Amino acid sequence: MALLEITDLRVHFDTEDGVVRAVDGISYSVDRGHTLGIVGESGSGKSVSSQTVMGLTRAANARISGEIVFDGRNLLACSEAELRRVRGNDIAMIFQDPLSSLHPIYTLGNQIAEAVRVHNEASKAQAWDRAVEMLGLVGIPEPRRRADAYPHEFSGGMRQRAMIAMALANNPMLLIADEPTTALDVTVQAQILELIERLQSEFNAAVVIITHDLGVVAEVADEIAVMYAGRIVERAAVDTVFYTPEHPYTWGLLGSIPRMDVPRDEELVPIPGRPPSLINLPGGCSFHPRCPYVRDAHRRTDPPLQPMPDDPAHHVACLLDATVRRSIWSDLRAGRTPAQARKAEIGEPPPLIEPDPEVAPVAAEGDAA
Amino acid sequence: MLAYILRRLLWSVFLLLVVSFLVFLIFYLLPSADPAKIRAGRVQDPDVIAAITRQLHLDRPWYEQYLFYLKDLVLHFDFGRSYLTNTSVRSEIFGRLPATISLALGAAVIWLLVGLPIGVVSAVKRGTLWDRLAMGGALVAISAPVYWLGLVSIFIFSSDFGLIPIFDTNGNYTDIWNDPGQWLSSLVLPWLVLATSFAAIYARFMRSNLVEVLDEDYIRTARAKGLRERRVIFRHGVRSAITPIVTIFGLDLGILFGGAILTESVFNIPGIGRAAFSAIQKADMPIIQGTVLIGAMGIILLNLLVDVLYAFLDPRVRY
Repeated sequence: MALLEITDLRVHFDTEDGVVRAVDGISYSVDRGHTLGIVGESGSGKSVSSQTVMGLTRAANARISGEIVFDGRNLLACSEAELRRVRGNDIAMIFQDPLSSLHPIYTLGNQIAEAVRVHNEASKAQAWDRAVEMLGLVGIPEPRRRADAYPHEFSGGMRQRAMIAMALANNPMLLIADEPTTALDVTVQAQILELIERLQSEFNAAVVIITHDLGVVAEVADEIAVMYAGRIVERAAVDTVFYTPEHPYTWGLLGSIPRMDVPRDEELVPIPGRPPSLINLPGGCSFHPRCPYVRDAHRRTDPPLQPMPDDPAHHVACLLDATVRRSIWSDLRAGRTPAQARKAEIGEPPPLIEPDPEVAPVAAEGDAA
Repeated sequence: MLAYILRRLLWSVFLLLVVSFLVFLIFYLLPSADPAKIRAGRVQDPDVIAAITRQLHLDRPWYEQYLFYLKDLVLHFDFGRSYLTNTSVRSEIFGRLPATISLALGAAVIWLLVGLPIGVVSAVKRGTLWDRLAMGGALVAISAPVYWLGLVSIFIFSSDFGLIPIFDTNGNYTDIWNDPGQWLSSLVLPWLVLATSFAAIYARFMRSNLVEVLDEDYIRTARAKGLRERRVIFRHGVRSAITPIVTIFGLDLGILFGGAILTESVFNIPGIGRAAFSAIQKADMPIIQGTVLIGAMGIILLNLLVDVLYAFLDPRVRY
C-alpha cells in the first residue's frame, strides 16, 4: 500500500452562487521516495485537493467525501486534534509565495523552532538549534546568524529555502509543495527544485508538487497527474506524459510551452477559452467547450478515467478513440494541424465516423516513445 | 533610533508653536469681550481697566502680545493667568490633570478589555449569530452620543434619583490619594459611558483587522505546522492585527488627555475638558490657550510614543 492513497476525493463548497465543485472525484497515490506532479491551470482544484490532505479546507461550507488514506489511516475520518498531530509532522507543506507565507513579525529561527516544538518535547534552545541546523541544511549561509533575521530581510529564494527548512524540520513522510517556484526567478527556481529533490532522497519522503508549469514537473516528478475542472484527466509516468500524451488538454499544455527542438519562429499554441466555472460545469466532458476535437457525443457523456490497455499505469479520461488520438498526437508532434481539429470558433465537429467509446480501443500503433 | 526620537521631539516643539500661534490668532481675531473688563470684574472702573490693559499688554499689537505669551511659556512654562479668576493657568490645568487622566485611563482599560475580545471572537466566528449581534450592538453603541448616554445612565443609576441607585453621579470626584473609594465610585459610571463607544469602535476595528489577517497566507502556514487553533489565532493572528490598533489607541488616549469635554461636563468631573468648556463660555483666553496646548501636547507625545513603539511591534518598521 502506498504512503498516500486518495480515492474518489470530492471537495464541494456551498456558496451563495451555488455549489463549487473544486475537486470532483480524484484518485491518486504516492509512495515514499516518489514524486507526483499535479499540473493544471488555476481553478483546476490542484491546490484545494492537496490542502484537503492537510485538513486545511475543513470549513462549515465544505463538503468533503472520498478517502485520503495516509500511512494506513483515513485522514478524512480523523478528528481535528488527530489531524493536528499529522500536520507539520508527518505531512508538511510549502506554499507559493514565501514572503506572504511566512509571518512578517517573527524571526525565521523563531518560526522554524515553533514548528519543531509543536510536535516534539524540545526545549527552546534545542528547537532553536534544530532550526539553525535546518537552515544550514537548505543551504543558507551562516545559519546561526541568519536565524535571527526576519522574512523581509531575505531574498525570495532564501525565503523559500527557509520555508522548506520549516517544512522538513520534523522529518515529514510526505511533503506537499504548492507552486513552490512560481514566485521565484527562473535561476532560483532550478535551485529550489534541486534542493527539494536532494532533500527528498535524503529524507526518503514522498513529494507532491503542484504546479501549472509542466517544465517544473518535468525535472522532478516521477509521475504526473493533469487536472482539469476538479478532475484528473490524465495520469502517467513523466516520460509518457511528455512523449505520448493522450488527452487533448495535455496536448494543449504541451503546445503552450516553448520547445528547443523546433524552429524558433514556431508559434506557441495557447489553449483557446478559459477554464470552466466550477459552479456550472459544462455537461459531458468538461473540457469539451475548449477541445478542438470535440464530437457531439462528448457534450453528453462524461468520460471516466481509464487505464490504457497497453500501459496500465497510464490513465486518461477522453472519449476520443485511441487510434484517433494517436494520429492527432503524431500530427501535433510533427507540427501539422490535425485533420480532425475543428475550425476555430466554429462549433461544428468535422465529419468523422464516431467509434463507440464503450468499445475497447484499437491496439496502439507503433507510436510509443 | 535616538536620532529619530530627537528629530521627532524637535518637530513636536515646532508643532506646538504652530498650535499656540493658531489658537492665539483665532481668539484674538474673533470678537469677544474686552479681557481687561473681564479681569476687572464687577468694579468697572476705567482707571482699573486701563491699568489692567497695560499690565496684560493688551495695548500692544497682537504679535507683541503673542511674543509676551510665548516668552513666559518657554522660559517659565507659564501659561498666564485666568482673566476671570486670576489663578495661574498652569496650576489650574495641572490641578485638573489627575481627574482627566483618571477618567481617560480607566475608560481605556475598560474599552480595551471589552472591545478587543469581542472583536476577536466576532472575527473568529464571523457570519454567526454572535458576530451579527455583537457588531449590531457595536453599531448602536457607536451611534449613542456620550451626552445622551451619560444623561440616560444618570437617570437610571444615579444614587440620588436614579431608578437603580447604585452609582454616585453627584460630581463628588476626588483625587485618588484623598479617598480611593470615593474616587472609584464617582468614576465608574463616567468610565462606562466614555468607554462604550470606544469599545464598540475597537471591537469593529479588531474584527475587521483580524478577519483580514486570518485570510493571510501565513495563517495557513501556521495551521499547516499543526498549531492549535487558539495559538494560530492569538500568536499569529491577533499579534498582527493589534499593531494598527496600537496606533489609534495612542491617538485616542492623547485626545482624551486633553480632556473629555462631554463626559466631564455631563458627570461634573473637574477635569481639563470641563475647564476648557467653561473657559470658552466665558472667553477666558488664557485657560483656553492652556487647555488647547495641553491637549496638543498629549496627542503629539502619545503619537511619538506610538511611533517608537511601532518599531518594536513590527520589525519591518525602521527609523
